[in-house]
Amino acid sequence: MSEFRINVNGEDHEIDVEADMPLLWVLRDVLGLIGTKFGCGIALCGACTVHVDDVPMRSCSVRVADVVGQSIRTIEGLAENTHLHPLQQAWIEHDVAQCGYCQSGQIMSAAALLARNPNPTDADIDAAMVGNYCRCGTYNRIRKAIHGAAGLMTAQYVNAAEVNA
Amino acid sequence: MKQRDLISSVESALGQLRLDRRSFLKITGVAGGGFVIASVCPTALAAVSAASEDADEALVVTSELNAFIKVSSDGKITIYSANAEMGQGIKTALPMIIAEELGARWEDVEVLQSPVDESRFGRQGAGGSTTIPRTWNQMRRMGASAREMFISAGALVMEVSREELKTADSKVTHGSGRYMTFGQLATLAAKQEVPDPDTLTFKDREDYTIIGTSISGVDNLAITTGLALFGIDTRVPDMLYAAYHKCPAIGGRVNGANLDEIRTMPGVVDAFLVKGNGNVRELLDGVAIVGTTTYAVFNAKKNLEVDWDESQASKDSWTEIVSRARSLAGSRGPDEVVDKGDVEKVFADPDNTTLEAFYEYPFVAHLCMEPMNCTAHYRQGRAGEKDTLELWVPSQSPTRIHAAARSMFGLKPDQITLHQMRLGGSFGRRTSSEYICEAIEISKRVNAPVKLTWTREDDIHHDFFRVGGFQSVKGAVNSEGRLIAFEDHFIGMQTGGRAVSGSRFRATEFPIENIDNAYASKTMFDISTPCGPWRAPGSNTSAFVSQSFLAEMAHAAGRDYLEFLLEIVGEPRWFQEGNIRSLNTGRAADVIRLAAEKAGWGREMPNGSGLGLAFYFCHAAHIAEVAEVSVDADKKLTVHKVTVAVDVGPIINMSGALSQVEGAVIDGLSTMMAQKITMENGRIEQSNFHDYQVLRIPDSPRVDIHFIQSDFSPTGLGEPALPPLAPAVGNAIFAATGHRVRKMPLSEEGYTI
Ligand code: FES
Ligand code: FES
Repeated sequence: MSEFRINVNGEDHEIDVEADMPLLWVLRDVLGLIGTKFGCGIALCGACTVHVDDVPMRSCSVRVADVVGQSIRTIEGLAENTHLHPLQQAWIEHDVAQCGYCQSGQIMSAAALLARNPNPTDADIDAAMVGNYCRCGTYNRIRKAIHGAAGLMTAQYVNAAEVNA
Repeated sequence: MKQRDLISSVESALGQLRLDRRSFLKITGVAGGGFVIASVCPTALAAVSAASEDADEALVVTSELNAFIKVSSDGKITIYSANAEMGQGIKTALPMIIAEELGARWEDVEVLQSPVDESRFGRQGAGGSTTIPRTWNQMRRMGASAREMFISAGALVMEVSREELKTADSKVTHGSGRYMTFGQLATLAAKQEVPDPDTLTFKDREDYTIIGTSISGVDNLAITTGLALFGIDTRVPDMLYAAYHKCPAIGGRVNGANLDEIRTMPGVVDAFLVKGNGNVRELLDGVAIVGTTTYAVFNAKKNLEVDWDESQASKDSWTEIVSRARSLAGSRGPDEVVDKGDVEKVFADPDNTTLEAFYEYPFVAHLCMEPMNCTAHYRQGRAGEKDTLELWVPSQSPTRIHAAARSMFGLKPDQITLHQMRLGGSFGRRTSSEYICEAIEISKRVNAPVKLTWTREDDIHHDFFRVGGFQSVKGAVNSEGRLIAFEDHFIGMQTGGRAVSGSRFRATEFPIENIDNAYASKTMFDISTPCGPWRAPGSNTSAFVSQSFLAEMAHAAGRDYLEFLLEIVGEPRWFQEGNIRSLNTGRAADVIRLAAEKAGWGREMPNGSGLGLAFYFCHAAHIAEVAEVSVDADKKLTVHKVTVAVDVGPIINMSGALSQVEGAVIDGLSTMMAQKITMENGRIEQSNFHDYQVLRIPDSPRVDIHFIQSDFSPTGLGEPALPPLAPAVGNAIFAATGHRVRKMPLSEEGYTI
């Protein structure tokens, strides 16, 4: 066991775990952040996707020792203060989820996409989301919701611009 | 709703969410109509905490109208959803039915998962697409009964006769426009006489304001913000984590393991052998590892060395099964299932055109995204008290554990508390009890609450698979090109002399009822590999065979499949009048025509492209699908669009219904493309997503869905849109390339997507 300090959703946590423990299990079992899901354990399904310094990563395959000093964001920290992320709004509006189990991973992958490309094409969405399986087959609604969130973000920027003006 | 209102309502919801992450959440409205999110405390909690809260809260009184409905004086309506939610949408759809008959405003409704108590809520399992048809009247009665009680209360207070009152928008309204809210009347309404169920009447369809609309799933806010919902999310105080390792050859007994070494591994609390009862649905032998995190036990599991006794274990070999089955092509089986008319005579007549074919389909896995798991707390009773058991269980049929709990642990239902958790997919998988029994056994042994989680490898190796099989089929068309005979030799699987789930040939299989000459027989192979229900059992493979082969027959007759199929379907008739599980040819013809029309059937297609049509009837649903595909020179398949026409009667939640159809189409394509479970020497050869592939977003086709909302009572939609997909795609590949697909998955024949 070794002590680590990691930053998750803006908060520092002191933890005492094996250096090899994947971030996924630190989040779920040590910190109680169960929004990040376990699906395969081998970086193939995307259910465990979180952001590490804004880059989407498969937390099941990232050692906790390797993320010390980096900023980790999980589904629980996606909303800013009390603002739901536009993707969360769009996911609700488009009623994307079936069983819902894959969706936090889907949303985290989509959030990383929108952060670097606020207006993605279908091909951009395919490229960014190809590693996130949905066993229930919600892909078409995921696509619609990402487009919807992109629109919502643009609208919010417009609103903010109006307010500032 | 304006953008700014929307955002502020979301903000206030989230504000509360942050204060208390155990708050119950609800969301209403869906695409197009804007949406509102509200976070609400369960009323009981609100009442308890009222003393320390806002003074208004103290006045909130909650009244129970019946097992499913509670109404608070502040107007909140709580509706319990009693069945398992696994993505099929009933946690939203069933309360919609209640709210409709009650005359509630959906915005006032909060939906809670009910406790597991069948004496109060009726049967609480879900499966077989039966929940909607089974509970349709029960839900309507619950809503209507409470509505009548509100009307009685309204009549008393407003001093008018009951006949002059009606409910809508969570109010009891008089013809004059005077009204009282449900909140105002709740206490009095709960004291009214409960109406005799036989006197209840239900709303006409034209008057519906909730049923048939699109409502966003009641758990969506929790899902999108990462709140605990699923079995695997369970955390209870002092909980330990467990893994369980069973023999890779199914049914092997455990002799020993390197337990001392395992116990020294980091985070491991204990490791021990478990002797099972030999029942694959309850408890098989294995090695349990208990530790402080899931990682600790998964990691230790990788280092296990186990001495197995495989003398009684499965020796199943897919290679052997396939070669035995292929040697039976063109023959008849020892057991006759159908003998109607005289197929021999038809086949012998040289004026008829006869065709034979051999179809194959593999075992497949469920691969629910949430692996099997269960949290159990077995508490030894102190000094004369009885032992108790608390379970947090993601199960389609939670009370099924009662029988095993009694026989294995001597526990009666009154010693068991069950918490029904949301299921991260199921598709028929979570109907067995072994992952529950394993958790109970481990909790009992370590005397602590334990969350057992299966690795993905466990989940695939120890699935209850969709059974594989084979069908040798034969048919004849006469000189006018009309189908006049059909024969099927069904080669299925059995265990202990009983056909496994999905391996029964139905005497009503289409087109047997529709034609004069039909013969079917079966051969059953003995297997030990566990099989279980998998989304539309039996139908998901039989549809592939019959609808592909009938299209082959149409081609042999030189006819268009739409016209050939409609001729077989024939005049409108209902084979067993009044039985929704019996084929209604009028409904069948309607969906076939509609799918064909919407897909532009008959239009000229470019080279390498084609349309394929298929129809199937199962789970009381009449469904037709048309796939539009193109195939390039390297056999790369693109499924551009699937057009679906569905008749399951009136739709409850339009958004949910569309999801089910779209999900079934994508699941069907995913399975047909590349999924295959094989076993040798009793060991399952696949283990994770690298060798068992699921369709990804770029390959997901457009799905164009049309409902015929007939007046028949509504039936379930979780399964029946899946079976027609495979033959529709197979028929489209034939139209595009001239190559007939007779084997699933398509990857076996060199196709990629
Ligand atoms: S659990 Fe990490 S990618 Fe599947
Ligand atoms: S919604 Fe069930 S796996 Fe995606």
